Amino acid sequence: MRRFTLPLLFLPVLLALSVPAFARIFDPESFTLDNGLQVVVVNNARAPIVTHMLWYKVGAADEPVGKSGVAHFLEHLMFKGTDKLAPGEFSRIVAANGGSENAFTSWDYTGYYQTVAKDRLEIMMRHEADRMANLKLVDAIVLPERDVVLEERRSRTDNEPGGRLSEMARASLFLHHPYGTPIIGWPQEVSALTTQDAIDFYRQWYAPNNAVLVISGDVTAQEVKPLAESTYGLVPRRDVPDRVRPSEPPQTAPRRVSLESEQVRQPSLSIEYLAPSYNRSTDEFAQADPYALEILSELLGGASSSRLYQRLVVDQGLAAGAGSWYDASDYDLSSFGLYISPRPGVDVEIAEEALRAEIATLLEGGVTPQEVSDAKQRLTAAAIFARDDLSTAPRAIGQALVTGQTLDDIESWPERIEAVTPEQVEAAARAILKDNSSVTRLLLPKPTS
Amino acid sequence: MLHLRFLRLSAVAGLALLTILSLAASVRAAEVQKVLSPGGIEAWLIEDHGNPILAIEFAFSGGAALDPVGKEGLANMVSGLLDEGAGSYDSTAFRTALENNSISLSYSATKDTFSGSLRTLTRNREKAVELLRLSLTEPRFDAEPLERIKAQILTGIARREKDPDALAGRTLWQLLYPDHAYGRETSGTVDSIAAIDSEDLRAFVAERLNLKRLKIGVVGDITASELASLLDEAFGALPAAGDTTLVADVAPANLGETVVIDAPIPQSIVAFAQPGLKRDDPDYYVAYVVNHILGGGGFTSRLFAEVREKRGLAYSVYSYLLPLDHTALVYGGVATAGERVGDSLNLIRAEWERLAEEGPTAEELEAAKTYLTGSFPLRFSNSGRIAGMLLGMQIENLGIDYLERRNDYIDAVTLEDARRVARKLFDVKNLTVVVVGQPQNVVPTRAAPEEPPAGQPADTEGKTQG
Repeated sequence: MRRFTLPLLFLPVLLALSVPAFARIFDPESFTLDNGLQVVVVNNARAPIVTHMLWYKVGAADEPVGKSGVAHFLEHLMFKGTDKLAPGEFSRIVAANGGSENAFTSWDYTGYYQTVAKDRLEIMMRHEADRMANLKLVDAIVLPERDVVLEERRSRTDNEPGGRLSEMARASLFLHHPYGTPIIGWPQEVSALTTQDAIDFYRQWYAPNNAVLVISGDVTAQEVKPLAESTYGLVPRRDVPDRVRPSEPPQTAPRRVSLESEQVRQPSLSIEYLAPSYNRSTDEFAQADPYALEILSELLGGASSSRLYQRLVVDQGLAAGAGSWYDASDYDLSSFGLYISPRPGVDVEIAEEALRAEIATLLEGGVTPQEVSDAKQRLTAAAIFARDDLSTAPRAIGQALVTGQTLDDIESWPERIEAVTPEQVEAAARAILKDNSSVTRLLLPKPTS
Repeated sequence: MLHLRFLRLSAVAGLALLTILSLAASVRAAEVQKVLSPGGIEAWLIEDHGNPILAIEFAFSGGAALDPVGKEGLANMVSGLLDEGAGSYDSTAFRTALENNSISLSYSATKDTFSGSLRTLTRNREKAVELLRLSLTEPRFDAEPLERIKAQILTGIARREKDPDALAGRTLWQLLYPDHAYGRETSGTVDSIAAIDSEDLRAFVAERLNLKRLKIGVVGDITASELASLLDEAFGALPAAGDTTLVADVAPANLGETVVIDAPIPQSIVAFAQPGLKRDDPDYYVAYVVNHILGGGGFTSRLFAEVREKRGLAYSVYSYLLPLDHTALVYGGVATAGERVGDSLNLIRAEWERLAEEGPTAEELEAAKTYLTGSFPLRFSNSGRIAGMLLGMQIENLGIDYLERRNDYIDAVTLEDARRVARKLFDVKNLTVVVVGQPQNVVPTRAAPEEPPAGQPADTEGKTQG
């Protein structure tokens, strides 16, 4: 039984791995091609395979107004062929080489990856470089895929009360910044996206100088470099716009978003606060160090010995689950969240009161040195386990590099975590846990008439 | 938020997945050692000193399908409580000892197994073994964690009550196995959870957690001789044997039926199944390759091409083999807007029939074999997964050299085999379909079974393990 998965009701923004990347452990090598493509290689010789993951520094938050969903739509269309390859041909090549592949879109990035036997790496690089420059799109192929995306939206959002609530809550948390727009897009805009919209977005952002290539597995930078030069190296650099996004205005009132549904049988509640990320802070958050917030999240909700679970679930017996989440690797502002699922028979109001009481206790009473050192121990040990999994390095490193961090930032992560003091954790808590910049989210059963 | 372009829904969790695992001879350090402890406990080991990590995956045969009638959810509840206090550690002390030493210990129950999973850093190995031993042999089942875990289970049951995916799956299993434990929910019902007390939990541990039922897979930073003594420390105090009840073999019922459950959702959830092949069937690998062509993972199957790629009818459409210990299915699913369910099902049925009639083409067979053999080392992504493979090999009696032989089984599949097995296995008349939503152009053939199903005695026939 897994205890700490956030209830699906909240469609957590947690799906992004907030696994700390330990360069000290991964020991990445890096070089940049003449056309500006940054290449990072992480050697891991556990099996004779490589993961080849290309990250573009563009995502849903960079879309033109009125074209929400185009970044993700383009991600789907990148599988539809080029001047050289028929639609789906690249996928057939990957499969014929025994590879697995997928792609993902977030607000800040879009990524494409394959995992293959190491001797197939060059084939992947050749075709990934090909679709970086030579994507070919026609209506006959594009329009059915738009229906696929609308079905995907139905699966994730329209069919899921938690998904619908999540969309509304996020739109309320970010009043002005495009992080308030769903990655998959608003339905009326997705339905109206055209082939030309996708092509325009592609031409504007997909360029070697706006991408990071991470390759991990049974290879070295020395082996990769000539391959990168003869594949990606042939794609010309292109001017790419700066990522200028509207900033959040001062937020001056707490918001409350609730949704009742017949599909819901168990209520749940979360409180989400605006917070800084590694890359972005504001005057208001000057005292909120993102590393201190990572420790705060761990000591509040990272484990069953953490504060929220111990007090709300074990001691008071009010909740079936309680915890927190925070991911510092956003390009712009991030958020810090707390959640509680009341036990059957416990009123959601009572659960909310108890959760808010814990926030008040934290702000008044602070944290203990023991809690902080336990949290540090758990976080840093997790890094050794992270190294054990082949998929961790490319994800953690890629995400960091496309959201404004450097390899040195990644490398220094354990030291920065170790250096955080209890006072910094308390100051960070005081800086972000403010009602006026929060959204409270309630998912409730519909009373049967 | 990672927003995957393609979501593969997993089905019945657990060891069913292991049945498709295998290992390339080319994988480094993939020498499987059979380790026998002084006390006679066996484990299969792959040594890997690359990271200071140890992964142990173990399982006791017999899972939720053996839950007593009226106490459905017992095995699952035990799995939630073994790591909630044992020996002199109360729940909080036990959890703190695990977490502050970065030890992961968890248990889970599937229909066929009760399994455990341990991860530890080498430096905390001794503490990890102590906690593992206590959890298996001296679990406390104190009142507070018992109440709390029951509340968590009830919360989960409530959450799944109206969830369309859960509802579709649950209904399909009830249809297929109306008079068998496989038709019941692993996590139980509100009533059955209420009926379970600490005596039931203790009886489960005493009767079911014994060496006769146990298999163990280990990967990581440990030598064979170190492991031999670890095995006795961790598992040596378990009883040699216990309850020998077996679950009866069963064939799926209600073949070819279609059930529609009305739900006010824009996208209908469809789950379907027909009889499959058991893991030890001589044609299993042929069926595995053939199903990969029909609806296997990735972007290249026939169902993916017809339903998603060409017509944009769905984001997710798939089929897979689901062999259990006492039955077997070909199981699949699709999700699509209500007005398009009829079209999608017609396409899926047409592909089902076409495969049975014509079989795959030579090109498709070649491509599937190349993929399935070539993608095999990709399974070696972390220590835990590899330990799980070693465990699965023992559970399924695949032999210690299976890892080197698996790709040969795939390569041996001929076009003639593929056509023969496609014709024998895939029968559209036997496809049982459940739709949750408001589908158009779907004709139900019967009403949904009553929920929860009437508690039928697990049909055990008093068999014993030989």
